[in-house]
Amino acid sequence: MQLSGNNAQPKRAFSTLVDLRRGDAATLDHIDLPGNDARRLMELGFLPGARITAGHSAPGGDPRVFQVDGSEIALRRETARRLKVRLVKTRQTSVGVP
Amino acid sequence: MSECGTCHGCSAAPVVEFPGPLASPKIVALAGPPNSGKTTLFNRLTGLRQKVANFPGVTVEQHTGIAELPDGRGVGIIDLPGIYSLSPQSEDEQVAHDVLTGERPDTPRPEAILLVLDSTNLGRHLMLAAPILALGVPTLIILNMADDLRNRGGHVDTRQLSAQLGAPVALVSARQGEGIDEVFEFLASAMPAPAPMELPVLHDVPKCREWAGRVGSRASYRPPVPPKWTRRLDSVFLHPVAGPLVFAVVVVAVFQTIFYAAVPLMDGLRWLFDVSGKWVASTLPDSIFRSLLVEGVWSGVGSVLVFLPQVLFLFLFIGILEDSGYLARAALIADRTMARVGLQGKSFIPLLSAYACAVPAILSTRTIENKRDRFATILIAPFMTCSARLPVYTLIIAAFLPNRPVLGPFLGVRAAALLGLYVLGFLAAVLTARVLKSSILKSGHTPFLLEMPSYRWPTLRSIGLRLFDRAWVFLRRAGTVILLVTVVLWVMAHLPTVNGKAPAIADSLAGTVGRTIEPVIKPLGFNWKIGIGLITSLAARETIIGTLGAIYGMDPESHQQGLQKALQHDLTPGGAVALLVFFAFAMQCISTIAVVRRETGGWKWPILQFTYMGVLAYAGAFVAAHLIR
Repeated sequence: MQLSGNNAQPKRAFSTLVDLRRGDAATLDHIDLPGNDARRLMELGFLPGARITAGHSAPGGDPRVFQVDGSEIALRRETARRLKVRLVKTRQTSVGVP
Repeated sequence: MSECGTCHGCSAAPVVEFPGPLASPKIVALAGPPNSGKTTLFNRLTGLRQKVANFPGVTVEQHTGIAELPDGRGVGIIDLPGIYSLSPQSEDEQVAHDVLTGERPDTPRPEAILLVLDSTNLGRHLMLAAPILALGVPTLIILNMADDLRNRGGHVDTRQLSAQLGAPVALVSARQGEGIDEVFEFLASAMPAPAPMELPVLHDVPKCREWAGRVGSRASYRPPVPPKWTRRLDSVFLHPVAGPLVFAVVVVAVFQTIFYAAVPLMDGLRWLFDVSGKWVASTLPDSIFRSLLVEGVWSGVGSVLVFLPQVLFLFLFIGILEDSGYLARAALIADRTMARVGLQGKSFIPLLSAYACAVPAILSTRTIENKRDRFATILIAPFMTCSARLPVYTLIIAAFLPNRPVLGPFLGVRAAALLGLYVLGFLAAVLTARVLKSSILKSGHTPFLLEMPSYRWPTLRSIGLRLFDRAWVFLRRAGTVILLVTVVLWVMAHLPTVNGKAPAIADSLAGTVGRTIEPVIKPLGFNWKIGIGLITSLAARETIIGTLGAIYGMDPESHQQGLQKALQHDLTPGGAVALLVFFAFAMQCISTIAVVRRETGGWKWPILQFTYMGVLAYAGAFVAAHLIR
């Protein structure tokens, strides 16, 4: 993944945590939630720049557990959708990563 | 908000009570994030010398206890609710903040703070040290779960960390008792204030996290490898197929135990009260006093104590599920289903246990951190068909329905009717939850967060303490109220005396009340006899059977047939269905009301709930009585 310049890819749409399958990892860009809710998520480790890995989920994929900053936090789809991320790796493209 | 006119505890300033005399006036607060093992440490420090109450005016549970120092002095310990930061966002955090800053008029400002952090997740947990140290109160930083840290190859230099934070640091395993001496040493010492250090801007979470990371790395903190067993167990417990299967097994096991396994014990207790009551009766001369003691007090207390096995079994299960870490997984699996009615995964187990008895179910809603979800769960729990409704249902169904098969040999008319009543209660609960969660208990858009703790072996000590604690709450709160009510009901059934003897129940105060309310219940197809039964069943639902037996002058146990005949004579089929519907909806249970009052911190919610369920019961019975003739 390349760092894009300011004008190279304007208005590039972010992925959200919902797009992550189990084992996928992503870097958090920003949280699209009101101040207090975003703050609570940040206190749990969902900080901009943090690496988030998708883990197990309830049957049907909602809610899903995410590994972040040494903890495992389950989020509902409605919340996960508000966490905008950049994909770091997907299960298919990365080989031999634990 | 602290003006004198509005506060609640002005007359007696600090109302926080400790479970015994404090030899020294030292009071220390225990603070820390959720899942840091704070409660385990509290139990380790105080043992049985603890007390549970609510902080006045709020529904935040307040645990106080006394830690006995090696020299025999006692130190008062206040266990604060788990917090992520000191910027108050929830009621829990507000209380913790106010206690620590000395802003609660009812709680003395703690002289020192024991800050409990999870040493296996220090990077994030250290963030809380910043606002706590900024208070300038003497603080001991306790790095808990030292055994986990060591076993999984983690490391931290406590001396360096102490130098970085300007406060003493102890590496502790509250579960194993390791390092507890250091905590006692701190409590016995002069407890120095923290040295002023450079702290981050407290409201800036990224800055705080950066600071925590820096402090951690200067103390050579090496996080442990992820817990192997947690990964392994999760790949089973959260497996798309195996996960729900395990969940179903756990649910059935809980249900079976509280519903069936507890029955022999309950029967045993009932028998014990019966025999001891008869023995007491035989040793006393026949008098109004004997009758009050045996029929009022004895049977009143007995009718509550009988539920103790269910309470203990349920809390044994919940203790194991919660301490082992499985409860969070169960909540995850149940979440989608519960979300459909506006609730969340953690409401599932309490609602399930409400099928046995609403009282322990409501006590177990403590595991739901979100206050609105907790209240909604409490408010709908009594709709679940509890075991006290069962004898009433069985009697009326048996009196009015023939035992014919409807679906071949598998389902008879009577069983179908019983099943229908379970469904009715369930539907009422679901609809009520929807209404509540879209109106007065709307959660807004607060995100649902569920932290998945690592799996751990539950310890006997922790579960034992919890059983003791919950059993005590149950006995004291439910016991005192139901005792009072049974005595009142006894008085109503035994006054006015005729020639120094109790009157026939029809002529008693209860009979008079029954006749007075007859016009109100007539549209439902009930006469004054049923009316008396409705009044006495306020104590506990199944009481109506005994009352009707007394009115018709027969022992319900030996004259089941006779009682059925009498009911057929007094009730139309429509009236019988109305009575069933009434029992399905009405909140005829003083113990539940008492527990709801305790758990919601006032009379507002139980009154609302009683009224709502009463109106629904009346309306439902009215419709039933007019539809079926």
